[in-house]
Amino acid sequence: MYAAKEISVFDIIGPNMIGPSSSHTAGALRIARLARNMVKKSIEQVKFILYGSFARTYQGHGTDRALIAGMLGFDTEDYRIKESFVYARAAGLHYIFEIDSKRQDVYPNTVDILITDVDGEETTVTGISIGGGRAVIKKINGVDIDLTGDYYTLVIRHKDLPGVVAGVTNILSIFNINIAFMKLYRENKGTIAYSIIETDQPINADVIDKIEELNSVFNAFLIDKL
Amino acid sequence: MNFTSGQVLIKICDEKNIAISEAMILRETEYLDSNRYEAWGKMEHSWSIMKDSAKRALKGDIVSMGGLIGGEAAKINRRRLAGYTTVCGTIMSKAIAYAMGVLEVNGSMGLIVAAPTAGSSGVLPGAFLAIQEEMGYPDEVIIRALFNAGAVGYLIAYNATVAGAEGGCQAEVGSASAMAASAVTELMGGTPRQCLYAASGAIANLLGLICDPIGGLVEAPCQQRNAMGVSNALISAEIALSSIQNIVPFDETVAVMYNVGRSMPHELRETALGGLASAPSACSRCRNADK
Repeated sequence: MYAAKEISVFDIIGPNMIGPSSSHTAGALRIARLARNMVKKSIEQVKFILYGSFARTYQGHGTDRALIAGMLGFDTEDYRIKESFVYARAAGLHYIFEIDSKRQDVYPNTVDILITDVDGEETTVTGISIGGGRAVIKKINGVDIDLTGDYYTLVIRHKDLPGVVAGVTNILSIFNINIAFMKLYRENKGTIAYSIIETDQPINADVIDKIEELNSVFNAFLIDKL
Repeated sequence: MNFTSGQVLIKICDEKNIAISEAMILRETEYLDSNRYEAWGKMEHSWSIMKDSAKRALKGDIVSMGGLIGGEAAKINRRRLAGYTTVCGTIMSKAIAYAMGVLEVNGSMGLIVAAPTAGSSGVLPGAFLAIQEEMGYPDEVIIRALFNAGAVGYLIAYNATVAGAEGGCQAEVGSASAMAASAVTELMGGTPRQCLYAASGAIANLLGLICDPIGGLVEAPCQQRNAMGVSNALISAEIALSSIQNIVPFDETVAVMYNVGRSMPHELRETALGGLASAPSACSRCRNADK
């Protein structure tokens, strides 16, 4: 479960959203928006592979338009969602949709997002929509993670070596940032790891520069609270 | 200050001599650290979206993404305006037209407030816009009542579920109906106890309601279920305001709703494998809608 977050009145009277489905439209948009935040450079092409209920009913729910809208950074309230394909073309974003209705071992509303940036670098993200417009990123570049966008989030990709986490938390304490949750995920022992740090306060972009100066850190991203 | 049951909510309201709406505002500001002014502003924004979405469909030019609904709110409105005697009276006729209209807006990728879900988004706007127009309440009164509705929805979400996939339509439209029933009761001068009687009555009336969206789309029978949800809310408020009590209290009714939902076969919980979704005419309409 992802019940860490307290229910606010605006989770009940809300989200304010473009219909028709909180899980298939608003939730899909949020997955794509989270994924977009994990790529620093401008995005050239994106491929979506839809599974489960996403694969069966995406057209009637506007799931495809919502995913593109999320990739363009639109909010769930944005009237442009319905015409997002037009905005994607204007922005030079190439997109492909694939349907995989055979695979059974996935959460009902799952999408794989394969992003290629202007330099040809690829990022692969798997997200699920868990209802009520909430989204969870379950995988990044093959590493299992859990990321919801319920908090201000810092994602750090680094070598799986001793001392990296200490270096990161040291920087956060210099910037007076209070960590709400911190999780560490890795591909294999001693290879690539992801540290995901969630905070209650917004994180200053200067923090990213400092963290990226650390040895063993490949890159770091800020993901805004959705 | 926090509460996780109707019983504790009533106790807080009694001790502080406040309405449920105020208790929910206090929970938001004191427990969740929100700013009262900002929270009010956000709710004001939600109410303006609700009103726009309810009125938008009256033009009658909406066609849903799946093509199963569109134009129904305008038809009901036009019939009333043409001078035909309404069966339900003006307030109920308006409430069902608005509730159904919001579902048209939702189904055509328009802007709505999920309250508590997109599939049940017509109930609160339907109830409040009809009441505002017929009784002349200013926006401030409605915005305050929405916090009451939020309290009831929060208690249901915390202790049970508001998801059709988990609890069927009783968890979606049933919850929306309970939220509206309680909020309307407060707005009309009812006590916190009467509010929860209205909410539990509304849930009790819809126990067992399945979620069977034709073609898996949030269109039909969802649209008319919203009309039913708003009617049930007004009925339940009228009963509670008349000081009629329920045998089973709110917290127990919520638990019952949850258990009924869990015992529903999965075909009847949003999978579009059972109920109306599996009727022959529904299946053939959807094949057309797919094209």
